[in-house]
Amino acid sequence: MSEVNETPSVPQNGLLEGTNAPSLGTYAKNYVRRMRSGDMGSLPIILGIIVIAIIFQSQNEHYLTPRNFVNLIVQMAGITTIAIGVVFVLLLGEIDLSVGYVSAVSAVFLAMRLRPPTGWPWTLAIIAALLFAAAIGIIQGAFITKAKLPSFIVTLAGLLVWNGVVLILIGTGGTVIIQQPVVIGIANYFLSPTVGWLVGIAAILFFTINHLRRWRMRQYRSVSSEPLLIVILQIVTVVALILAVVYVANQDRGVPFVGVLLLILLVVFSYIAARTRFGRYVYAIGGSEESARRAGIQVDRIKILVFMVSSLMAGMGGIVLASRLRSVDTAAGGGNLLLMSIAAPVIGGTSLFGGYGRVMSALLGALVIASIENGMGLLGLSAGAKFIITGLVLLAAVLIDAITRRGREQFGIS
Amino acid sequence: MAPILELKGVSKSFGAVQALQKVDFEVKSGEVMALVGDNGAGKSTLIKSIVGIHPFDEGTVFFEGKKTTIHGPREAAALGIEVVYQDLALADNLDVVANMFLGREVVRGLWSLDEENMEEAAIRTLDSLSVSTLRSVRQPVASLSGGQRQAIAVAKAVMWNSKVVILDEPTAALGVAQTSQVLQLVKTLRDKGLAVVIISHNLHDVFEVADRITVLRLGQCVTVFEAAETTEQEVVYAITAGKHSKVPGMVNS
Repeated sequence: MSEVNETPSVPQNGLLEGTNAPSLGTYAKNYVRRMRSGDMGSLPIILGIIVIAIIFQSQNEHYLTPRNFVNLIVQMAGITTIAIGVVFVLLLGEIDLSVGYVSAVSAVFLAMRLRPPTGWPWTLAIIAALLFAAAIGIIQGAFITKAKLPSFIVTLAGLLVWNGVVLILIGTGGTVIIQQPVVIGIANYFLSPTVGWLVGIAAILFFTINHLRRWRMRQYRSVSSEPLLIVILQIVTVVALILAVVYVANQDRGVPFVGVLLLILLVVFSYIAARTRFGRYVYAIGGSEESARRAGIQVDRIKILVFMVSSLMAGMGGIVLASRLRSVDTAAGGGNLLLMSIAAPVIGGTSLFGGYGRVMSALLGALVIASIENGMGLLGLSAGAKFIITGLVLLAAVLIDAITRRGREQFGIS
Repeated sequence: MAPILELKGVSKSFGAVQALQKVDFEVKSGEVMALVGDNGAGKSTLIKSIVGIHPFDEGTVFFEGKKTTIHGPREAAALGIEVVYQDLALADNLDVVANMFLGREVVRGLWSLDEENMEEAAIRTLDSLSVSTLRSVRQPVASLSGGQRQAIAVAKAVMWNSKVVILDEPTAALGVAQTSQVLQLVKTLRDKGLAVVIISHNLHDVFEVADRITVLRLGQCVTVFEAAETTEQEVVYAITAGKHSKVPGMVNS
């Protein structure tokens, strides 16, 4: 690897002055400019969540209660986990239709390995189930890259194949019960109030220290950084959110373990997407595959890894869903699971066209979907009404994506 | 001064098509060598063969006086030969820094991208090239003008201790003001002591920056002009109907 050219000259043009520690005014101006170019980030979705909360609360006073809040976290955990993997596939500009039944295959595999009398230890069973899911992703990814088949078709075939495998594995019995307490605990264990607070404080410290260290480092190296006030505001917001979540959850059964698991997954995968070479290459391929290839990026390898991540997260999501139901049946992975898992990141702001999006969109979108489902359930509305509303929200999200895209094009973008 | 990159009697054929025939070509450090010729004259083939995408069938390549064989763009880059293709090969959704380091990211610890280090180096490089029209190195390339994109692509090429930079039609899609920005950039590269090869159809641009002009016609080297001692008419004549000033393959005296 060659060295960066060291030029002793001190930067003299406006490049540095303009970017390093801009005033609050400049920061606000840049923000408005981004908004007007159509890059609205997470703003529409956060507004949407607030509107949804207001509407349902006005219809049913049980909506914004600690009990329902804890329910919501547990309800959305499975879809969110699967959707985190889908984000990476969407960033490539590809699609993975197999995640629903891959999640089911992984859950069935786990449930059958745990079944007494020849049950495996739970650690081994979970690791094996996840490896199995990851292997599925590698195989599908290999077909997509090496045989140059469209991901839509390969994963559609995967959808059918893995659905079949689930049906054959479960057989005529119809249901495999899970009795292993740790596996059941994944979605059914709640932290005691004290432990909840400790975890919350640990999360706060982790975020604050990291955020401030990064900001200090950028100041020190005199590269572009945000105004201190904005950094403090960001920290205050996150701290307030974490405190609120722990407080509200403790009013009911406590913080669900699966909520902590989700938080860890989100942090880890956000880091992978934003701060590693792999993540950078995923965005690059989604933006311009040819440019990525010319830059020496091994496009096929990255793509296979992405389909592996997608299947791995589907497998993990399947385990969460199975844990919640304490069993796996022939309906596992079916219904609207696949469509919701893909809709979640899109509703959360990840582009279907590749190259734009964040891991956090999985959580935001799943929150919207789960809020609607949960709220409509409280109102006693039919499944039909739920689907219609969720469908309209998805349409609105894609519309916003398309408008954003057009905005980018107008600002000299292809 | 000896040329940093010198090709002697190189040929390349694709099946029955003789794309290059006994071509001699050279470029020295601190000079801008223009490569001109009509469509199909073999300019692009020559470039692609230099960096090893289509290896030459015969002839020899000397780099810094040593006989070399280059098997691919990576080897070319390792030697210090960089090509900026016409389509620039930028990822629109990534910001300027990410594009300049694409495929060669600086990593801190095990995995973390060292954004601060990369941003600093990117700013330093852009600054040394006097690229001053950017609002921020953190804006996505998608929001840049054609001239700015060209500048980023060039900066990306010269950041890595490059010795030879080959620009393929750098001004083809640009307006007047942006063209002059890019030509200024070419002069800056030369003043920094790099060898610059510029492919262009626009003779006006060529005469503005080039020190010497190599004319290709139907896969053969017609002649090499000193830019100061020739005229556009003479070059046009060489491109379109020129007689070969020397027998192909004859050693340059």
